[in-house]
Amino acid sequence: MATTTAAASTASEDRCPDDLPVVPVRHYGRWVAAVAAITALAGIAGSLAKNANLHWDVVGHYLFADLIFDGLVTTLWLTAAAMALGLGLGTLIAVMRLSASPVLHGMATLFVWVFRGTPLLVQIIFWGYAGALYKYVMIGIPFTDITFLRVETNSLLTPAIAALLALGLNEAAYASEIVRAGIQSVDPGQAEAAHSLGMRPALTMRRIVLPQAMRVIIPPMGNETINMLKMTALVSVISAHDLMSNIQDVYAQNYQVIPMLVVASLWYLALVTLLGVPQAWLERRYGRGTARSGHVSPLRRMLGVAGRLPTKRQEGNR
Amino acid sequence: MTTPMLHARNVRKHFGKVEVLKGIDLTVERGQVCCLLGPSGSGKSTFLRCINHLEKIDAGSLAVEGDLVGYRRHGQRLHELREREVAAHRRDIGMVFQRFNLFPHMTALDNVMEAPLNVSKVSRAQARQDAERLLEQVGLADRAGHYPAQLSGGQQQRVAIARALAMKPKLMLFDEPTSALDPELVGDVLDVMRQLAADGMTMIVVTHEIGFAREVADTAVFMDEGVVVEAGDPRQVLLHPEQERTRAFLSKVL
Ligand SMILES: Nc1ncnc2c1ncn2[C@@H]1O[C@H](COP(=O)(O)OP(=O)(O)OP(=O)(O)O)[C@@H](O)[C@H]1O
Ligand SMILES: [Mg+2]
Repeated sequence: MATTTAAASTASEDRCPDDLPVVPVRHYGRWVAAVAAITALAGIAGSLAKNANLHWDVVGHYLFADLIFDGLVTTLWLTAAAMALGLGLGTLIAVMRLSASPVLHGMATLFVWVFRGTPLLVQIIFWGYAGALYKYVMIGIPFTDITFLRVETNSLLTPAIAALLALGLNEAAYASEIVRAGIQSVDPGQAEAAHSLGMRPALTMRRIVLPQAMRVIIPPMGNETINMLKMTALVSVISAHDLMSNIQDVYAQNYQVIPMLVVASLWYLALVTLLGVPQAWLERRYGRGTARSGHVSPLRRMLGVAGRLPTKRQEGNR
Repeated sequence: MTTPMLHARNVRKHFGKVEVLKGIDLTVERGQVCCLLGPSGSGKSTFLRCINHLEKIDAGSLAVEGDLVGYRRHGQRLHELREREVAAHRRDIGMVFQRFNLFPHMTALDNVMEAPLNVSKVSRAQARQDAERLLEQVGLADRAGHYPAQLSGGQQQRVAIARALAMKPKLMLFDEPTSALDPELVGDVLDVMRQLAADGMTMIVVTHEIGFAREVADTAVFMDEGVVVEAGDPRQVLLHPEQERTRAFLSKVL
């Protein structure tokens, strides 16, 4: 068989189209735009690097300072704990909102209404200064003198705990809506099939509905986590010693506001980038069972190699 | 006389103001196959769903093997069953849906193992062995590791049948099991059902497959607008119907 290009031009009529070489579309406009964008980006980066007002030496000095690391640790655990509280409580509230009981539904709606309807900053300050509102936390039977527990509020609500409560409860209000949308996105036939097998509602929710709802829940929850990471900066108003609090402490002394904010931004950016890894993993895990065609990265698309990729569909995605 | 598998008396059900079931009487003996036919909207699915309490009946009584569906009789009162008790009843009744309703996040094997593992609490090894045997029975031993999205409609429906059988039900309900399938896939599913009937399973099948009904059913029931219009020997009902409405319907589907 002749496969040289010269032969191909004459023999093309009698060859079946499967054997013909494919010439991908050349997107010249894209190349021009890409060059222009990269040039602009390089210009901006250069000017930032040369700008003396940014004090890159100060940035370098503080980027790995102990105080900044301490703040970073607090920011990280605060984010993780607040998200855990938010997702756990949010799932509970979502289930309550979908419940047939009007009392549970009403309570869940009230919760979302209050915590989503007031500014987070106000909620943080509220929890931070709750000790001024209620001197003691008491657990007992309402409207009687019987108390089982009585603690001073300020010893219970340290700034870190107050920050966690504020962020977690606020997140629960948003997460509950995301989880509710996720649950409602699952075909009701799924729950019916589970029920017809003798599965009880709680088991059905846990084994059948929630795992499928996850596909819808994960992408917005990824967003929420990124938001949370940055919103922890707000708790600096009650000095919870997170990254932002510590940055502020530093620039209050050395007056290098902008360089210190650059330090903060670099760290937030790094953490947000890292968060993409677990999200991609979770999306793959809960995407099991959905057939997808092979994904082509934008770079490969632009280079025009997407023409005739072998479609890899059934390579057991376990 | 043994108690029949299903005994329905004057079953009524309405959604809002619309009465969908207007007093259904039906008895299905053990080991029998009963085919339900009728035009769209006649209440066939609703009746089937009432049998395993996916819908609550408004009046009349519905008993499976002598046990009332959804209620317990205590003297002169009926007590509503708790979720746990309803779930326990449903284990004995398998259901196959028109749209398969397989769990898409689980492989075929996991779909079949799910309920035995988590409801009947059998050991994993036992559940696996049973599930593999059931998949083989429906001719899908080689598809155990596939996800529903990787199976054809007919294959999915056969996995759904295996999944229902995994709970060792006494009664199987089929709601138009083949009407979402391409014509050439219908046969495989009907073969599995035919074999099941031959093995003595009690089955109530909503279907428009007249040939299947004529061949396999012990009774054929024609429903229209929430009432049983005609019931009896399938050869009688399907070949020589007495009622004009039955005749009109059959002339359309045949
Ligand atoms: N959950 C519901 N709420 C309100 N109306 C309903 C509900 N389910 C069914 N119906 C109504 O009840 C009637 C009977 O429905 P059903 O699904 O039992 O009919 P069917 O005989 O199974 O029809 P088909 O052959 O189209 O499946 C229809 O008019 C339908 O609109
Ligand atoms: Mg129906």
